[in-house]
Amino acid sequence: MKEYQTITEVSGPLVYVETDEPIGYDEIVEIETPSGEVKRGQVLETAESYVAIQVFEGTEGVGQDASVRFLGETLKLPVTEDLLGRVLDGSGNPIDGGPEIVPDERRDIVGAAINPTAREYPEEFIQTGISAIDGMNTLVRGQKLPIFSASGLPHSELALQIARQASVPEDVADEGEETEFAVVFAGMGITQEEANEFMDDFERTGALERSVVFLNLADDPAVERTVTPRMALTTAEYLAFEEGYHVLTILTDMTNYCEALREIGAAREEVPGRRGYPGYMYTDLAQLYERAGRLQGEEGSVTQIPILTMPGDDDTHPIPDLTGYITEGQIMLGRELNSQGVEPPIDVLPSLSRLMDDGIGEGVTRADHSGVSDQLFASYAEGKDLRDLVNIVGREALDERDNKVLDFAEAFEGEFVDQGFHTNRDVEDTLDIAWDVLSILPKNELSRIDEEFIEEYYEGDESVAGDETETEEAEA
Amino acid sequence: MSQTDTVTDTGEIASVSGPVVTATGLTAQMNDVVYVGDEGLMGEVIEIEGDTTTIQVYEETSGISPGQPVENTGEPLTVDLGPGVLDTIYDGVQRPLDVLEDEMGAFLDRGVDSPGIDLEASWDFSPTVSAGDVVEPGDVVGTVPETVSIEHKVLVPPDFEGGEVVEVNDGEHTVTEPVAVLDNGEEVTMHQEWPVRQARPSEEKFTPTEPLITGQRVQDGLFPIAKGGTAAIPGPFGSGKTVTQQQLAKWSDADIVVYIGCGERGNEMTEVIEDFPDLTDPKSGNPLMARTTLIANTSNMPVAARESCIYTGITIAEFYRDMGYDVALMADSTSRWAEAMREISSRLEEMPGEGGYPAYLAARLAQFYERAGRFETLRGEEGSVSVVGAVSPPGGDFSEPVTQNTLRIVKTFWALDADLAESRHFPSINWTESYSLYKDQLDPWFEENVAPDWPEERQWAVDVLDEEDELQEIVQLVGRDALPDDQRLTLDVARYLREAFLQQDAFHDVDTFSPPEKTYEILTAIHTYNDEAFAALEAGAPIEEITSIDAAPRLNRIATQEEYEEYVEELEAEITEQLQALY
Repeated sequence: MKEYQTITEVSGPLVYVETDEPIGYDEIVEIETPSGEVKRGQVLETAESYVAIQVFEGTEGVGQDASVRFLGETLKLPVTEDLLGRVLDGSGNPIDGGPEIVPDERRDIVGAAINPTAREYPEEFIQTGISAIDGMNTLVRGQKLPIFSASGLPHSELALQIARQASVPEDVADEGEETEFAVVFAGMGITQEEANEFMDDFERTGALERSVVFLNLADDPAVERTVTPRMALTTAEYLAFEEGYHVLTILTDMTNYCEALREIGAAREEVPGRRGYPGYMYTDLAQLYERAGRLQGEEGSVTQIPILTMPGDDDTHPIPDLTGYITEGQIMLGRELNSQGVEPPIDVLPSLSRLMDDGIGEGVTRADHSGVSDQLFASYAEGKDLRDLVNIVGREALDERDNKVLDFAEAFEGEFVDQGFHTNRDVEDTLDIAWDVLSILPKNELSRIDEEFIEEYYEGDESVAGDETETEEAEA
Repeated sequence: MSQTDTVTDTGEIASVSGPVVTATGLTAQMNDVVYVGDEGLMGEVIEIEGDTTTIQVYEETSGISPGQPVENTGEPLTVDLGPGVLDTIYDGVQRPLDVLEDEMGAFLDRGVDSPGIDLEASWDFSPTVSAGDVVEPGDVVGTVPETVSIEHKVLVPPDFEGGEVVEVNDGEHTVTEPVAVLDNGEEVTMHQEWPVRQARPSEEKFTPTEPLITGQRVQDGLFPIAKGGTAAIPGPFGSGKTVTQQQLAKWSDADIVVYIGCGERGNEMTEVIEDFPDLTDPKSGNPLMARTTLIANTSNMPVAARESCIYTGITIAEFYRDMGYDVALMADSTSRWAEAMREISSRLEEMPGEGGYPAYLAARLAQFYERAGRFETLRGEEGSVSVVGAVSPPGGDFSEPVTQNTLRIVKTFWALDADLAESRHFPSINWTESYSLYKDQLDPWFEENVAPDWPEERQWAVDVLDEEDELQEIVQLVGRDALPDDQRLTLDVARYLREAFLQQDAFHDVDTFSPPEKTYEILTAIHTYNDEAFAALEAGAPIEEITSIDAAPRLNRIATQEEYEEYVEELEAEITEQLQALY
């Protein structure tokens, strides 16, 4: 291994070094500062006489007198089942004071793409116990379903609720199969406080034993954020496809990750794309998000829940926009619902789960599920439209039917969505509550539901304005 | 992709930056295919400047370093054409994905090359010419049963001279063995290669006059596309582009379907791979895969192969067109293709145009869509390529360059709408923004084959929906009750048009495919309700009673009836009876 003391330029997170031997693209580099500190970096560009290196830990203290070593291999992470229960920093070093990690294998953190012919289409229902998700935006094993949040909204609480409650109903799971999930958590640029929130909950519920935590905190180097999710996903893939775990991967906050990408792009003086983010951000994000799924003939699965905060609550911002084009739907949090105190404040209308249709229905959840879900969407959308109208003309100007739709929208938010962060509803409950609120509507309004299910479940009376029966709410 | 063993020249890597590699000491022409590095990664020459050649590499470049060799094949990027293309799933450079899985397991490794069709497989060749016949380029020399649905015609390649047939080899042959030999020594095999960036020649291009029946009511009924036509489906994420595209791939009445998943989701491609073999082609009754070829370059596969997959697909489509087939090509999504161009262009440090896209974006899009059309093939048969491109505008903003440049070319525009999708109105094709410029030229076909008053019925529906659109603005201000009775009734009729006619459930066994006859029946049933209801209103029946007859909501159920004729007949009678009972 050759050592160079030929740094020619240091600029932001980048270091340029003159070399006299060929250096591989993406190779790992160690930079030792005169004070003895060792920083790691990666080759971003290589030419005959120089290379550009991005330094993960920041370039403070790096000068022309620092020495550079090329390790001759790409970035690898030691993986083993023993990672479960461990807390690591953003570069994969243990920070929980536990024993040294003895790896079974060292894996390249840039995962290879899964061949679509080797994938198995995800269709196993995951019960999160949250009505707005299970009922209308159902998650399945191997899906990537991000939470689109914004500053000040309780996305962490929702992610924790999912991590706590997610399980596969026993009749859906294969015989003798584990119904709970192992959790791989990657925090990127989150505050110590947020990190504590997650860690406390993991410890309190005993989930930590089944978790691997990677933490890159807000005051850790930004460039390190670009490797943290790759480490987490490499771990998740190992646990899923080598050890047979069903892994739930939570990545938060993807917005910080994208900021780090932009920082590197700017330092390299690249031609920027929209809002200064690099033109290859779609490809880069896809390389993370696509590392979810199931493989034919393999036990385990990787389910991904990335969390991102939309700058300015704007879902057309490049980060949520590109994410939405890659992931299989999104769970959108709503500021208005949050200020009304709805927990979790999931705005179902812009939310979507693309893999829902194959994960629900007879034999899995219930035969009426799909129709009920469509009807809730359609009627709630109409109710929201009518609210705008009420603001102008008042409720008196509306006819009886419209008034019922408004009552429905009210009850839908109050009873169906607002369940609290600590209520775990099984899917039967969710659908029953859905029927409670749908029964406020006249029978012939339920055009999305097959007639046989209306006969079976509809509880309303067409002549009565609304069904006043309170639904039982098990507040824990 | 074809395996070329000949190496015309060798150079050395000078620099590596992501998918872009430069080499020195290499003699090459633009678009030559080269093998890069010790592992022989496939790439293509995209710029030549002095001694420096710039190459886009179709595989991951991690670990590749300067000094490693670059070998030039001296040939442009080509596809392998011949029997075996159908019922196969390829990556962006036409490597069969199942072969790759066999060779490297579930995760895509690199440095593996494979021909696009199995060169060892043998096919049963039945000649249609005999010794002494004179053949020209594009002529058929025989046929091969490629799949249960499709008879593969073996053509004299367009770049041959043609001449008198001196030898014909009947029976089982591999694709590389000559099945016909001409007097000038040219040997026709079942295997052809064709450069992807070059359109295959044809005699003439006509105006299309026949619709591509999609089985989707809003498309066939309001915004039809012609066989040989072009269409764009732009929409924000979650608006249902992919489902709309897949519906076309499943149910459109093309002979051959080429489906390109360009930079899209892996699980989605898996869904197609799992679903299509089990689905039946409504036209032939055979499995859908028997007429389909899939190109899957998912979003995390190398970006350069995303740039090429569109060309791979269209070249395959043209090949089957040359056999006289109607081919439908779906590209999902052309925005990812454009972004791949942008990514490569920015690595080349080219001067960016609008939105950071290269200045040649409009030209590339136009070239691609121009390869669609209804053609007279070289031997005087008719064949067509219809192209439907999905567009994913950032933030759902249709004013961005890819959408705008596409709209300048295509003649059918199916605008997907996020608001419709949110209220689960699917397909979420917005009926006020969408258009089809093929309507007039396709009307004669619909009049003759479906119903003589097809254009009138369609116009009636469009008028009602337009009126609803205007009325809704008033309703937003004053409420529905403030409207006069006749306008309230129009709103009611429009609601049935939206719910019973425009909406269609892609996941319902029956509703997923609506033949044009059924589309027409649903429309006329609503029209009947409209006429009877207005008659009742005029006769003095109160509006509340008219709109609450219990037969009318059953209009929404026609779509899911298998035996719809009878159902519609009874329903129309009942609606008429109930409404006439009111006065």
